[in-house]
Amino acid sequence: MKLTLKIWRQANASDKGALKTYELDGVSQDMSFLEMLDLLNEQLLHNDEEPVAFDSDCREGICGMCSLMINGEAHGPEVTTTCQLHMRSFKDGDTITIEPWRAASFPIVKDLIVDRSAFDRIIQNGGYISANTGSAPEANSVPAPRDKAMRAFNTATCIGCGACVAACPNGSASLFLGAKITHLGELPQGQPERYSRVQSMLAQHDHEGFGGCTNIGECASACPKEIPLDVISQLNKDLRNSMILG
Amino acid sequence: MAAGTHYLPGLTPTNEASVQKSDDAAGYYVLGDKLVDPKAPTGPIAERWTTRKFENRLVNPANRRKLDVIIVGTGLAGGAAAATLGEAGYNVKTFCYQDSPRRAHSIAAQGGINASKNYKSDGDSDYRLFYDTVKGGDYRSRESNVYRLAEVSTNIIDQCVAQGVPFARDYGGLLDNRSFGGVQVSRTFYARGQTGQQLLLGAYQAMERQVAAGTVEEFTRHEMLDVIIVDDRARGIVARNMVTGEIETHLADAVVLATGGYGNVFYLSTNAMGSNVMAAWRAHRKGAYMANPCYTQIHPTCIPVTGAHQSKLTLMSESLRNDGRIWVPKNAEDCTKDPRDIPEEDRDYFLERIYPAFGNLVPRDIASRAAKYMCDEGRGVGPEVEETQPDGSVKKFRRGVYLDLGAAIERLGKDKIEEKYDNLLDMYERITGENPYEVPMRIYPAVHYVMGGLWVDYELQTSITGLFCTGEANFSDHGANRLGASALMQGLADGYFVLPNTITDYLADGPFDKVDESHPAVVEALDGVKSRVEKLMSINGERSVESIHKELGQIMWEYCGMDRNAEGLKTAIGLIRELKKEFWTNVKVLGSADSLNQDLEKANRVADFIELGELMCIDALNRRESCGGHFRSESQTEEGEALRHDDEFAYVAAWEFGGEDGAPILHKEDLIYTAIEMKQRSYK
Ligand SMILES: Cc1cc2nc3c(=O)[nH]c(=O)nc-3n(C[C@H](O)[C@H](O)[C@H](O)COP(=O)(O)OP(=O)(O)OC[C@H]3O[C@@H](n4cnc5c(N)ncnc54)[C@H](O)[C@@H]3O)c2cc1C
Ligand code: SF4
Ligand code: FES
Repeated sequence: MKLTLKIWRQANASDKGALKTYELDGVSQDMSFLEMLDLLNEQLLHNDEEPVAFDSDCREGICGMCSLMINGEAHGPEVTTTCQLHMRSFKDGDTITIEPWRAASFPIVKDLIVDRSAFDRIIQNGGYISANTGSAPEANSVPAPRDKAMRAFNTATCIGCGACVAACPNGSASLFLGAKITHLGELPQGQPERYSRVQSMLAQHDHEGFGGCTNIGECASACPKEIPLDVISQLNKDLRNSMILG
Repeated sequence: MAAGTHYLPGLTPTNEASVQKSDDAAGYYVLGDKLVDPKAPTGPIAERWTTRKFENRLVNPANRRKLDVIIVGTGLAGGAAAATLGEAGYNVKTFCYQDSPRRAHSIAAQGGINASKNYKSDGDSDYRLFYDTVKGGDYRSRESNVYRLAEVSTNIIDQCVAQGVPFARDYGGLLDNRSFGGVQVSRTFYARGQTGQQLLLGAYQAMERQVAAGTVEEFTRHEMLDVIIVDDRARGIVARNMVTGEIETHLADAVVLATGGYGNVFYLSTNAMGSNVMAAWRAHRKGAYMANPCYTQIHPTCIPVTGAHQSKLTLMSESLRNDGRIWVPKNAEDCTKDPRDIPEEDRDYFLERIYPAFGNLVPRDIASRAAKYMCDEGRGVGPEVEETQPDGSVKKFRRGVYLDLGAAIERLGKDKIEEKYDNLLDMYERITGENPYEVPMRIYPAVHYVMGGLWVDYELQTSITGLFCTGEANFSDHGANRLGASALMQGLADGYFVLPNTITDYLADGPFDKVDESHPAVVEALDGVKSRVEKLMSINGERSVESIHKELGQIMWEYCGMDRNAEGLKTAIGLIRELKKEFWTNVKVLGSADSLNQDLEKANRVADFIELGELMCIDALNRRESCGGHFRSESQTEEGEALRHDDEFAYVAAWEFGGEDGAPILHKEDLIYTAIEMKQRSYK
């Protein structure tokens, strides 16, 4: 396949940045989207142009390191991560626009790379269960109902990629936050800190400049792990309860 | 035999110190002194760890915040240690190359984690887990370490559950287990196909809690480029801030490396793109021994390579072998046919044929080698890929065998299979574009894990005082082969329970004399890194780092992969030496060193992979026996099975750096078993 790529190039955080157009030939259907970019980079290097910087690590859809707005969609046209997107989703002659996540709380570092450390700071503010090493009771001493454990697992599969934020017109991280609140809140071990957790995580979320949720739902459709929108209802419910009970 | 060794009543050592008769690697190495004291305690095996914990000195809580510990790597092994040491009140600094600790490659582990909880009452015990691990490792691990691993395994599960790790549960709400990796008990805890992710998030969250508490300071997008040694003690690291390009020094009382495995020396592996050996290799060059570097695990069920563009390989969980039947066409002419059109009588279910007792469930190394041989014979399936032969000519092979779920779907129904493997089969379809419910899957072996790594004593201390190593980065408890679901166990055992106990004995002597940035040893390390970076930026040759890495991978895969022999290994060493020259004279890195520069990052990593590759080949050449994942074609039984030589090789090969152009120095640590009898594996 032959493609026209319009790629965001930006030397560093303070640079203005712009889209640059490249023609790329010899793309195979079997390549992943990032392998297509590898091919481009190999060619750029040979033409003495600095390769395009983009994040990836596991390349199997689990670490959450890869990102990219592809033709305006977070992680591109399929429900998956960019690293698992394959070129058979495109056709010969296509023009593809590739940009970084756009969100005030995710400043651009270089080209397609953004800084998502705000997510770590949200976790630092309550996104855990306090259990010092060595203090744990026998694992089966507290049974956890299976359906609740399943819901905890399903929401714990969030990979922290930030697509939800990038897709949201408000730049809200409510889906990410709701996923963690639901994961920990569904487990018996998560109960003691349940209400303080939701308050401190949300306070940090707002402090980082993520926007509020106005129920648009773009986040859930962009999420490669299909985190359901109802985690945001859970977030709101826990928040209300925390005001009443906490 | 080490002086003062005690034996369990009724048990005598099953081997004596080895006397090596063969010397294939003569001329490639220098023989050094024996390593006689791995600091393993003696006495009854089940009491050793308790005894050691009691003997170890403690640090008064008030003194802990005066002690600084650097932990490089925040996967399971590093993240768990950071959380635990932070909770105890030490001053911890952590480093990782990703943008968040939550992304370490531990995240990718699918299958599960072992623990001898015996919840199923199927006869499991610490001793059985110990026994299976030593046997699975083909009697090439240190028994005291392995027993300790088994012993703390149950604490890991308790700890993880308390943190909110959502393990699979049964209808009564209790934890579920499955059997994994061909053992006879159900001791594997799992969170669907994402166990590593859930365990890592648990450790990550515990660590982030300590960041908030002020005991842990985390440095992300920071890559360690050297270790700082002052007065024979590890006292810090040199790291590059990958965003600004600044080269920084960080100083401490002790340094821990938890930097993961080096499978990417093969270029293609199931590791992450950034997985590397640099931290361990830099330490090696400064005096840390590298142990058993040639022990590599090649996993039989990965998605095959589709072409030269391939950047990494993806694992399909081993559990598929429970339901899938593995075959190739009997006749090479059928290899291009649609597999559904090949009648039953023209299919060769080769594992079932060669290993009737275990069939498709033979251990990983055996299944991998068998698949390779089928493809070497010309009966592989899938796309043809070009391979360069030893004589330089290029030949085409199909590198794939079928893993057929057809019979299982017929027997259990599509729904059952979907329920068991849904996310896995989706991933397969996404990558290959083929529907595994309709067309047999194609699989091929890929590099997955390394049992080799930095040599550590029982305390997890390397041969550099004050430098510790945990997780996959150390030479570990898995001997020559790791059992499924045991790496997660080891990473967390090291991180939560072992290191936090052993490092305190070392720190009890601290805080050590204050070292500052102007100390000559610090300046020297910093300057060394700076000049290396400058050198890489200034070569300005013709070849991309990527292309050199690929070439290294091809050499390693061809000659130091599933099937190794003296001639091939010598060829490889020659080729690698050439490649090293090529790299340092012809590599091309654009951009600047003072900003984010991914090619520079890769160049640093590949430079070390090249040196490691050579040592791996020398280690493989020296070990003229087949054991676990290491198969030397000169050492096989009449039926073509791996043949160990306990009389010659029952030792850990710990390599000391021999200088820039010098030969590596081999130190042997004899493996003496007092609690288990050595046997030859048989899966026929
Ligand atoms: C696909 C896959 C599936 C697996 N499935 C299983 C399974 O089911 N069960 C099982 O038991 N095991 C499994 N394993 C093995 C297991 O996951 C790993 O061995 C284990 O997680 C390694 O943990 P670690 O903490 O040692 O290293 P990692 O998790 O790899 O962490 C390494 C850390 O070191 C950092 N780092 C590396 N180099 C540097 C440097 N120079 N400077 C700064 N930081 C650095 C990284 O940023 C990272 O934080 C699997 C492995 C793979 C690849
Ligand atoms: S909720 Fe989904 S989109 Fe948002 S960070 Fe998690 S996985 Fe990514
Ligand atoms: S690179 Fe890990 S999720 Fe895409």
